[in-house]
Amino acid sequence: MSSTSTTATYQPATKVGRITDFVDSRVGGSSMVKEFGRKIFPDHWTFMFGEVALYSFVILLLSGTFLTFFFDPSMAETHYDGSYVPLKGVEMSVAYASSLDISFDIRGGLFMRQVHHWSALLFVAAVSVHMLRVFFTGAFRRPRELNWVVGGVLLILAMAAGFTGYSLPDDLLSGNGLRIIDGVIKSVPVVGTYISFFLFGGEFPGTDIIGRLYVLHILLIPAIILLMIAIHLFMVVVHKHTQYPGPGRTNDNVVGFPVGPVYAAKAGGFFFIVFGIIAFISAAFTINPIWNYGPYDPSPVSAGTQPDWYIGWVDGALRLMPGWLGSFPFEWEIPFPWGTNTLSLNVLLPALVPAGIVFTLLFTWPWIERWITKDNREHHLLDRPRNAPGRTAVGVAGVVFYCVMWAAASSDLIATHFSVSLNDVTYWLRVLFFLGPVLGFIITRRIALALQRKDREIALHGRETGRIVRLPHGEYIEVHEPLDDYKLYKLVSYDAPMTVPAEADRNGHISKSEKRRAMISRFLFEDRVAPVTPAELEEAHSHGHQDQLATDADNAAVVEKH
Amino acid sequence: MSDHSNGGPHASGTVTTAGQGEAEKFRDPGLPPHRPRLADVDPRAEKRAERQVAILFVVSIIGTLAFFYAYFFIELDQTIGTLRLQNLVLGLGTAFAMLGIGVGIVHWAKTLMPDHEVAESRHEIRSESDRQDAEKIVGDIIEETGIKRRPLIRNSLIGAMLLAPLPAIAIFRDLGPLPGDTLRHTMWDTDVRLTRDPDGTPIKASDVTIGSAFHVIPEGLNEAEHKLEEKAKAVVLLMRLNPEELNPSEGREDWGYNGIVAYSKICTHVGCPVALYEQQTHHLLCPCHQSTFDLTQECKVIFGPAVRPLPQLPITVNDEGYLVARSDFHEPVGPSFWERG
Repeated sequence: MSSTSTTATYQPATKVGRITDFVDSRVGGSSMVKEFGRKIFPDHWTFMFGEVALYSFVILLLSGTFLTFFFDPSMAETHYDGSYVPLKGVEMSVAYASSLDISFDIRGGLFMRQVHHWSALLFVAAVSVHMLRVFFTGAFRRPRELNWVVGGVLLILAMAAGFTGYSLPDDLLSGNGLRIIDGVIKSVPVVGTYISFFLFGGEFPGTDIIGRLYVLHILLIPAIILLMIAIHLFMVVVHKHTQYPGPGRTNDNVVGFPVGPVYAAKAGGFFFIVFGIIAFISAAFTINPIWNYGPYDPSPVSAGTQPDWYIGWVDGALRLMPGWLGSFPFEWEIPFPWGTNTLSLNVLLPALVPAGIVFTLLFTWPWIERWITKDNREHHLLDRPRNAPGRTAVGVAGVVFYCVMWAAASSDLIATHFSVSLNDVTYWLRVLFFLGPVLGFIITRRIALALQRKDREIALHGRETGRIVRLPHGEYIEVHEPLDDYKLYKLVSYDAPMTVPAEADRNGHISKSEKRRAMISRFLFEDRVAPVTPAELEEAHSHGHQDQLATDADNAAVVEKH
Repeated sequence: MSDHSNGGPHASGTVTTAGQGEAEKFRDPGLPPHRPRLADVDPRAEKRAERQVAILFVVSIIGTLAFFYAYFFIELDQTIGTLRLQNLVLGLGTAFAMLGIGVGIVHWAKTLMPDHEVAESRHEIRSESDRQDAEKIVGDIIEETGIKRRPLIRNSLIGAMLLAPLPAIAIFRDLGPLPGDTLRHTMWDTDVRLTRDPDGTPIKASDVTIGSAFHVIPEGLNEAEHKLEEKAKAVVLLMRLNPEELNPSEGREDWGYNGIVAYSKICTHVGCPVALYEQQTHHLLCPCHQSTFDLTQECKVIFGPAVRPLPQLPITVNDEGYLVARSDFHEPVGPSFWERG
């Protein structure tokens, strides 16, 4: 079969047709249109978080490119000579001066700076919320484990992009942020001091760091983010999108709208909406007014300053860590044969351990869950969070763990706003750091199980109508309206994971790790609410005459069953 | 969608049958019937929706024009007020320009484009025949390279490949100088005068009243070649207390003068400036992570993540009555590092 013969026989009638045919016969667009033109995407509001992340990244690229045309990442000394009167003649770095120029002397420059900063905040937030959605609905399960990992990498990259950008204007706040980073790096055993000197090109702050962060911020990190997004979206196409369970939605199909025209219009329109909302926020709400802070100087610092929200949890961990536990110090001077070395666990532990726990669990969770449940099936149908109480509880415990540290980053503001003692705020948050996740786990699991029981009740006995009816023999009952088939199916069509007891291997031996697995499995799935079966529903209907009555008396409310 | 393979119920576990161990499941009633929208059945509603979409697009046009108005006609006059105004109108213009298009398109899609949900089968991600073909191809490729039969080539290649990236690491050596003992010294030295931060005027002991605090830099810092690097180590807080409230340890009795003491302002935690002095309690508080140092106990840590006390700068008074350092700090200032000892 030669393709030349087929193209030779096709004669486009219109001008547009001729151009389209020219391109198509050279790059093969037809097959792409065939593949994607009517591809089905399921629709749900929670699927928009990923889109928000993608679109805010596009806006970051657009606004960031504009800013690069005016920003000068030099730390050379200069005297400010721009329009902002209070800083006239003040000694500062060229980087800070050019950031001021962008704000005050480039028309629309301040707007672009604000758009860039707000979309950066939104980008990390959208990535985070998107990951929470994926976690709580179980969308990370086979075959999407690798895409979950790519998402985790994107989260780290988003935070790295944010922090490198935050440091560029060389104002007082960004310089203090770098100072903290320098202190953390110096606490790293053996190589810390060297890394600090190499990174800053000598002693802190030096004159190299901003130029170096700039290259990372505008070249390396965005390039890797773009690559990761490409891989991420490629895998979405390979897997097709997950969907929530419901009538007509199975593990073997995708139900939704075709790309052309509805989905493309909705998703494309949504880009403009995200852009519009960011533009509105940037118009109305000031972010990072660097002119108020002044140039970086190692001596002053303003009280009550906050890092960008996504760095808060790491900064909060630094605040929560006590230097002394009673008379036990967390900084040790260790005598070695060659001399004494210093180990600053008071800095090292909070900087590495919480983030280490969060990201290790995050990256390995799909495999942990698969190990516990022994569930290696493909899952294209999502779980409603309540229908996976164990996982939901673990997720909430993680969120609480994160949020306690995040709140700790504002411990001074909490103290001043609510007029409580700063030390007490810190003590309480230290307690919550350990207790919060446990409480979060227990409470969430109970809530999830209770919601499942409520669903069961509704499936079995229908909706309470609030109508009280007196029966001929004098009994009063409330009329329950049975659900229609579609609503019923939504409440009963789920998998309730069960405890998988320890299984012996081929030699009849039960390994230690298998016993441990069975223990976790029992812990997570022992309390379980089973989905209603048709037999149970049948029984409920024959027992409860009120349901019977409702069906008789309320025929209009019952949706026709084919 | 003819190219989509039909994944049967056995290709992957289906929710309705797998792994439950329970007798029966509800039958899937299939997609709910499509409910027509107003615009599907009422031509007037359709017309109205069409107009609404067009109006939204016009809103966008107006927004773009507002942007141009703000860009060209709001003159910046070096006050923050006009800048704010311009920023507001530029932003609102952009917001309306974008939201007009976005909301318009979404409204169009939701009211006028077909909203029938469509089902499509899922692909099998990997078919067994493809896997076998791929396995054979990879096997053939490896066989043709002969790498398994020629361990000499394989091992020498592995050796070369392991070694080759190392220069890419080594070449970054010149990013910065080695630390040496730079972290152990500051600009302070015998008879260096204490001066005010930032203007550099020297301080007389008589200027320092009880209860007052000064932010201090060494004399000559403003003219130093590496001003910020020196300042990041040398900044000092100078305070005067009632001498009875100070409890100097042995050997440090003469590090202050008449109740005037000087301590490094760089936090021993991660290096923020310990800028807050609580005059009543004689506590120094670091605003970054709330490490609190007690001045009456030689700046011992009484709260927060820091471990070491702030280093004290030994000071005295020279013949002219100016405060001067007796020496450099006796230990490195700022955050701890491995070689600190």
